[in-house]
Amino acid sequence: MFKHFVSLQWKSFFRSSNFGKSLALKLLMGFLGVYMMVTFAGLGVGLFFILKKTFPDSDPMLIVSGYLLYWVLIELFFRYFMQKLPVMDIKPLLLYPIKKSKIAHYILVKSGLSGYNFLSLFIAVPFSIVLITQGYPVSNVLGWLVAIVCIVLTINYTNFIINKSDKVLLFLGVLILALYSLEYFSVFPVKEHAGQLFYSLYQNPILALLPFVLAIGTYYVNYNFLRKKLYLDASLKKKAIKVETSDLTWTKRFGGIAPFLQLDLKLIWRNKRTKMQVFISLAMILYGLFFYSMDTYGDTSTIYLFVGIFMTGIFLSNFGQFIPAWDSEYYGMMMSQNIPLRKYLESKAGLISVSIVVMFLLSIPYVYFGWKALAINFACALYNLGVNVPVILFFGSFNKKRIDLTKSAVGNMQGTSATQFLVLLPLMVVPSVLYFVLKTFVSFEVALITLSVMGIVGFVFRKTLLDKVTEAYRKRKYTMLAGFKEQNN
Amino acid sequence: MITTQQLTKKYGSQMVLNIGHLEIPKGQSFGLVGNNGAGKTTYFSLLLDLIQPTTGQIINNDVQVNTSEDWKPFTSSFIDESFLIGYLTPEEYFYFIGELRGQNKADVDALLANFEDFFHGEILGQRKYLRDLSKGNQKKAGIVASFIGNPQVIILDEPFANLDPTTQIRLKAIIKDLSAKKEITVLVSSHDLMHVTEVCERIVVLNKGVVVRDIETSAETLRELESFFAGSQVSEEEE
Repeated sequence: MFKHFVSLQWKSFFRSSNFGKSLALKLLMGFLGVYMMVTFAGLGVGLFFILKKTFPDSDPMLIVSGYLLYWVLIELFFRYFMQKLPVMDIKPLLLYPIKKSKIAHYILVKSGLSGYNFLSLFIAVPFSIVLITQGYPVSNVLGWLVAIVCIVLTINYTNFIINKSDKVLLFLGVLILALYSLEYFSVFPVKEHAGQLFYSLYQNPILALLPFVLAIGTYYVNYNFLRKKLYLDASLKKKAIKVETSDLTWTKRFGGIAPFLQLDLKLIWRNKRTKMQVFISLAMILYGLFFYSMDTYGDTSTIYLFVGIFMTGIFLSNFGQFIPAWDSEYYGMMMSQNIPLRKYLESKAGLISVSIVVMFLLSIPYVYFGWKALAINFACALYNLGVNVPVILFFGSFNKKRIDLTKSAVGNMQGTSATQFLVLLPLMVVPSVLYFVLKTFVSFEVALITLSVMGIVGFVFRKTLLDKVTEAYRKRKYTMLAGFKEQNN
Repeated sequence: MITTQQLTKKYGSQMVLNIGHLEIPKGQSFGLVGNNGAGKTTYFSLLLDLIQPTTGQIINNDVQVNTSEDWKPFTSSFIDESFLIGYLTPEEYFYFIGELRGQNKADVDALLANFEDFFHGEILGQRKYLRDLSKGNQKKAGIVASFIGNPQVIILDEPFANLDPTTQIRLKAIIKDLSAKKEITVLVSSHDLMHVTEVCERIVVLNKGVVVRDIETSAETLRELESFFAGSQVSEEEE
């Protein structure tokens, strides 16, 4: 029986619409996948030596153990968003003479083999190998590795239990923050105590039984739950999200674009993928830290301009590149309704502009790294506002791939085509090159002023620019409509 | 009201619609019937400028639909679920459409009050998003949304499909009511011969993109249509 299930899985993978994607996209995703794996494995190999070098007095294993608790909690937190039990896949199986217990085992085992579980192993396995070559006792290291595998599986199955409630997620978030602040303000040395606990898994390989029992336990909790709920009206039902209405009457003050603004806000807030974009954008404000905390660049390096464009324009590029595909599901209605295309685009432009201002405000603390950082970010924000907003909207008129809003947020490449890569060129590369040339041959100040002025000029002429963009949308209307109708692209 | 002239639509070499001349006067309730692939939805899509005609044009109240957008304020439609915005509640959707058509909340509420029977308590106040409603209920919401804002032309593609019997009967009453006032031109397409003959004053039969019958509805109409589809069409029935 399991053989059939495996062949089903095989077919669903190779025949899925994702697989039929354009070659370029496949290559890119493959590349990203390999890149991730190599980075993780590299980290696994290097981890021991890095720790040995940074903390010569303590055992790297002990330090790693200290972080394991955070790893478990953070992974649980992120999995909540990324991983769902694929119960919908088994709907067709219910009608055939297959025991329900078998079906339940099938999806649970399948989830145990999911890619998320291998991610941490890409670090853990090389790390263990290095430990052994460094003369750590083989049995202890292997016991530890088994324990890690069991913990990963426990995380996997615990996630499906957690998945049923938002409250647990909130609790997790608070717990992580609380533990970290206890640590940070030296109230209670969480790392030390938790570290001891995980370290004993290494000292005493027999203790690996504990996570093993946990993994089996969580598996069976899931199994019992699933076995009883294999009915169309129970767990197989798509969860109808409860309506959260909010009062958006304040948008009225924006006049003609108000209805679209309201619609866009609801679009963003009520759909997973768009909501995710907001969180990613906010988190990306930290991106600059990578570069600013390194001294190697000098304080006017072009890399900072790129970072500035990226940080203040992250929502612009993430959300903007798929305009108007976000509305693809009902684009036909939009086009036959009494909708001025212009207002529709103005609303999107307004929303993106607000995001740029917000991201700039959030980036103000970078002034810590010197006034030049602030100046760069400000110039970037202006450039994004005046130039990049019309640019991304214009490139949007080439979008013709449908986006299903109900599909999950992670790894969802729907709507992606060559346009998405092409648009990065004018968006990020052009200002960077411009800055580099002006800075090198004239001066830093002139470079920034030029970018700012370009932004201001674009902003002043935004009405005219938006007219041009509207015209482009009008011209491509039928192509878009036809494209958005195609499912599974 | 709506004049169609020399309208053709070709995909590659395949002619999917070819209407030489079709005149729909103001206030008429107009029915379009035909088998799958006869060109009903194609015609409605052309009427709403969702696809481009290969040749010819449609003129809606003196406005040529593929060159000007001025037909939009007085034309409304419900073609399929893709006309709904899944992440809105029905109320929010109605208000949104209302706003596009210059109606405030009170106007929309007043209109919705007339359709309480039709909604059968399954649409308003459910605290559900449109995407989570059943197909039938989605359809109800979409049909009523097309009545918002005093349109002069209402286009409904297959409005009876997916509806339960009670709602079908109510919808027929609503359409008859609309056309009785002789103000609103209603265009309906359907597979169900009985429903169209009941609500439409005039029925046009499309077959492979060509108008093959144009009938003023009378007592004989249903039998005439049935014999037409049973006879010449039988080999092409797909459903």
